[in-house]
Amino acid sequence: MSVAGHFASHYSYWITFVLMVAGLYIVIARGNLMKKLIGLSIFQTSVYLLYIAPGKLIGGTAPIVAPAFKVYSNPLPHVLILTAIVVGVATLALGLAIAVRIREAYGSIEEDEILAADRDGGERV
Amino acid sequence: MRRFLVLRVVGKLLIPFMLLFALYVQFHGDFGPGGGFQAGVIGAAVIVFYALIFGLPAARRLVPDAVVESMVGLGVLLYAGVGVAGLVFGGNYLDYFVLGADPVSGQHRGIFWVEAGVAITVSGVMLKIFYMFAGRRRALEDQ
Amino acid sequence: MMAVTVLAIAVQRNLFSVVVLAGIYSFLMATVLVALDAVDVAMTEASVGAGISTVLLLGALYLCGGEEAKPLARPWLPLAVAAVITGALVYGTLGLPAFSDPSAPIHVHVVPRYLNEALRETGVQNVVTAVLASYRGYDTLGETIVVFTAGAGVIALLRRLRRRGNGEPR
Repeated sequence: MSVAGHFASHYSYWITFVLMVAGLYIVIARGNLMKKLIGLSIFQTSVYLLYIAPGKLIGGTAPIVAPAFKVYSNPLPHVLILTAIVVGVATLALGLAIAVRIREAYGSIEEDEILAADRDGGERV
Repeated sequence: MRRFLVLRVVGKLLIPFMLLFALYVQFHGDFGPGGGFQAGVIGAAVIVFYALIFGLPAARRLVPDAVVESMVGLGVLLYAGVGVAGLVFGGNYLDYFVLGADPVSGQHRGIFWVEAGVAITVSGVMLKIFYMFAGRRRALEDQ
Repeated sequence: MMAVTVLAIAVQRNLFSVVVLAGIYSFLMATVLVALDAVDVAMTEASVGAGISTVLLLGALYLCGGEEAKPLARPWLPLAVAAVITGALVYGTLGLPAFSDPSAPIHVHVVPRYLNEALRETGVQNVVTAVLASYRGYDTLGETIVVFTAGAGVIALLRRLRRRGNGEPR
């Protein structure tokens, strides 16, 4: 297959990867715990896209059965991702709660400051 | 918060319709997009909206913490209870076919109660998380 | 447009604007999901991502303070890691089926049965609801329990106030 043809048939994956890697970059490059959590949720939404995009059929409709339509997009990824979104926000809240506690214990949510505080013999800042 | 007259009036107008929309999403989930997860989130968002406009203490009076916490557990128990009901009526766990007179109505009933359980748990958890985050600073200051 | 929003999130250091941008990102994602026929998912993403999690992030921001402390020290190593991973992933797509290919494995396995039988077996027109609550009831029970557990975890973490005043060695 030519490069252009390959691009036309696979670009949905590549958009997903751009989002995914951007999320990953935020997670590993940024020191702020809140920022890391937001990067993690961007990574997560890219996974939603990775699941949903292959389920789409061009010319299909949303999977709600009606006599007028014959072709439906794939409902199975929708189910999986639907629950994943709600679970995702619950775990995000858990992460934020831990960040809040860290902030209260260390006075900071910057990774290097927390590590520095730990190196100083566990003395609270 | 007394100053935001427009916000309060518009909020009072909108909140009933938002709650109605949550219920619509819940019970229309069989025919259109929607279901327990979405309805639970929208229902919790209504109370969050109320809390943002009228202040957290007012929302806590409207929906007390005890109610929210029991909702969290109740939804899971309701879901698991549907499974146990399937066992009691002679099927497998979470088997809805035995719940009604014929398999289709049994399925309908099972799905309905399961979705209700999901909605109750999800809205309870979301609301509780919001209360915890929003009430944290106040609790610290009170100390 | 989503990529632009994400890049803005990566660059921006004021956490408040990051949170608002994350909300915008969620709405854009919901739009994309509608275009991909996932109406249920789009609805959830719009209400959860743009509504609840924005409020939660703002609440946490209020507790944690709004400014990210310092710019990046050495962005090159993470950038290199990201580039390598992108390359590996794109290489991995070469073996994947093309977009909207009806004969892809995802479309031929159990899904035709769901689509053809769901209305007759459950009387529910929305196949997503039927699969969610009936065919995959165990999964959804598990997900509900995960949500429950996360809620319990947040309660456990935030209910008790820190006891610095009494008993903390300081």
